[in-house]
Amino acid sequence: MDHFEVFGLPRRLGIDTAELQRKFYELSRRGHPDFHQAAPPERQAEILEASARLNAAYRALRDPLARIEYLVRLEEGRDTREGATVKPKAPPELLEEMFEIQEALQEAKSAGQSVGLDAGAKRTLSAQRDRLRARYEQEEARLRGPLSQAWDAAGPADRAGALTAFKEALAVRAYLRTVIDDIDEALGESEEGHVSHRRH
Amino acid sequence: MSRIVGIDLGTTNSLVAYVDDKTGLPRVIPDRDGQVLLPSIVSFTPEGVLVGAAAKRRLVRRPESTVYSVKRLMGRGYDDVKDELGYLPFKVQPADGIVKIQIGDRDVTPPEVSAIVLKSLKERAEAHFGEPIEKAVVTVPAYFNDSQRQATKDAGRIAGLDVVRIVNEPTAASLAYGLQRIKEGLIAVYDLGGGTFDISILRVKDGILEVLATNGNTHLGGDDFDRAIVLALLADIRTKHGADLGRDLEAMQELRLAAEAAKIRLSADERTALTIPFDGFTYHRAITRAEVEALIGRLVESTLAPCRMALADAGLAAADIDEVVLVGGSTRVPLVRRRVQELFGKTPHSQLNPDEVVALGAAVQAQILAGGITDMLLLDVTPLSLGIETLGGIVSVLIPRNTTIPTSAREMFTTSVDGQHVVDMHVVQGERELAKDCRSLARFELSGIDPMPAGMPKIEVVFLIDANGILSVTATELRSGKAAAIEVKPTYGLSEADVERMVEDSFTNAEADVEARLLIETRNEADTVITHVERALAQGRRLVGDDEHAAIVAALTALKDARNTTDRDRIREATTATNQTTEHLAELMMDAALKGALASRRADEIMEK
Repeated sequence: MDHFEVFGLPRRLGIDTAELQRKFYELSRRGHPDFHQAAPPERQAEILEASARLNAAYRALRDPLARIEYLVRLEEGRDTREGATVKPKAPPELLEEMFEIQEALQEAKSAGQSVGLDAGAKRTLSAQRDRLRARYEQEEARLRGPLSQAWDAAGPADRAGALTAFKEALAVRAYLRTVIDDIDEALGESEEGHVSHRRH
Repeated sequence: MSRIVGIDLGTTNSLVAYVDDKTGLPRVIPDRDGQVLLPSIVSFTPEGVLVGAAAKRRLVRRPESTVYSVKRLMGRGYDDVKDELGYLPFKVQPADGIVKIQIGDRDVTPPEVSAIVLKSLKERAEAHFGEPIEKAVVTVPAYFNDSQRQATKDAGRIAGLDVVRIVNEPTAASLAYGLQRIKEGLIAVYDLGGGTFDISILRVKDGILEVLATNGNTHLGGDDFDRAIVLALLADIRTKHGADLGRDLEAMQELRLAAEAAKIRLSADERTALTIPFDGFTYHRAITRAEVEALIGRLVESTLAPCRMALADAGLAAADIDEVVLVGGSTRVPLVRRRVQELFGKTPHSQLNPDEVVALGAAVQAQILAGGITDMLLLDVTPLSLGIETLGGIVSVLIPRNTTIPTSAREMFTTSVDGQHVVDMHVVQGERELAKDCRSLARFELSGIDPMPAGMPKIEVVFLIDANGILSVTATELRSGKAAAIEVKPTYGLSEADVERMVEDSFTNAEADVEARLLIETRNEADTVITHVERALAQGRRLVGDDEHAAIVAALTALKDARNTTDRDRIREATTATNQTTEHLAELMMDAALKGALASRRADEIMEK
């Protein structure tokens, strides 16, 4: 049973999250292990498994971007693990700029943490980061908006194309995330050190 | 279904509660003397084991055999705790992944000590209901990892309790508040106890309490406040009296208890006085709330970063929170309240007694499990990301932190060499990228794989975190469909055989005669009075006349004689008599100490001018 089926939903991205939450609470009330403590052990094991499946399904579907990542995995038959679905790829129109940023970051690294960046370099990097953040948000908006709508409207023949579009956009988003985190780190602004990389 | 009680197994105090069938409301169960809080202290004597208030009275005189704050050692390895061992008067040693406490020639593990506390609460509940109690819901800090949770479950088993559910303390508190029909909306529970700190963000709607995110520090609490005060007092004593008490275990315990008491008084008062008689001198000083706030400011500050992280993980801003609830004795500290109020921009709730609210919530969860409450449901999360170590020591996350539990993840494994029949996995918990920086949970060995070329076997491993936040692992070889054998080697914790043995020991050893135990407690009380009176006579002789002095000496001699008999009533009467005879002397000494403190303060003021 896939995550859409758990909620009795078709494999579509347009989901009313308030309705999803209502349904999640309703299914939890019915199937949570807390309410079945008197059941025989085999039945309890089934209930536990079903409850774990429901929680995983809700987690994957409640957020529009996690939903897309899950859909890509599902369509490709890789229904195993959360996390990386695509190899990060630089946005083609920004290739030249990316090259410069990576170079600046390399320099900052080799200059050593003790010296730190000078004020000018800091300003340049932070301006570049803000541009990349805007681009990142733009990519997410595209994924949530037009690309998701394209998938939902696609007939069987157009699905492969819609899927490829998702993967490209996700690859760009992953790339931007890494560079933004690297700049944050170089500027000494990364929140709580290593944690930001791992946010889901 | 048989009765299930709720237990708050705290760093400083523990208590037991149940839901009253008639009113549907949770209630705490007091002991014979009407006390609700059982100090989480265990003292080992040649005659037997003492727990609670009786053990607390031995903190100063038997520091090396009286164990307190053991919760900080639960499920931990020696390296985790070695930095703070210098502050503990009892001896803690590494032992095969866990730590052991050495009492004379006897070793005990932290779960065994906790089991003694749990057993006392179990007996209290049994006396209350007049029937055996075998099941309990036990609370733990939300930020406890798998090993710490497992250690708590082990403690229950050793105490003869089936721990049917481990519940997170802040969420338990929200259940207690939930029952009182708190408004629906987004709730932040700030829980600062004796040794641990948790923050949990919840959404409450239609009777469902859904935890959105949790964060915390399992090594931060009121104990650390006391320690900061003690360090300042030690320095002050060195300056004023030229005495270094840092290595004197008894003196350190006196200081710790005095610091704790002063901290508590300063929650209500702006200033207070400390008077501690030591061998050779009496230390007294006035201390203000502002001074203590300066000492603990940094510690209070360090609770705010986890609050911000939890908010970020929940995708919320501080202003989105509708209600803030305070839990844990340390939230009585005014500075803590101020900081929390500033962070969330609203006055926090604390209508329910912060010492009792967690146990009350545990009782509510117990009632849910027993089928007595059907319109409330708690959906909690796992506090830490769960992952496996991959090539190069990098962690691959399988279950991210703040995932609703129960939850599971599947992962495929295969072999890298032809004919390989064993695959190893290293499971870790934490937020860092390298396995060595995370908490090692266990090593799993999948064996019995049929010989095949490299990469051919397909082993599906399922990692399941149950509603207790505890991990279990199963594996299947997909080609044959047969379950692969898994051997688990927990990095920290007791083996199944250890626990079995401890369960047996607790039945054979700890069933000490109740009468014998009561006699020890009575004798200990007498010993405490004898020590205090002897010290008072030495230091306050000139304060009383000859007649009064003679009366005190007579009472003391009678008490010493009585103490060596086995007549409990006689010892108790002699103790009471001695207390009464010395009341006047105690008052005089307190007056003198206060005058002394005031005089020295005036001298300070003159110096400043």
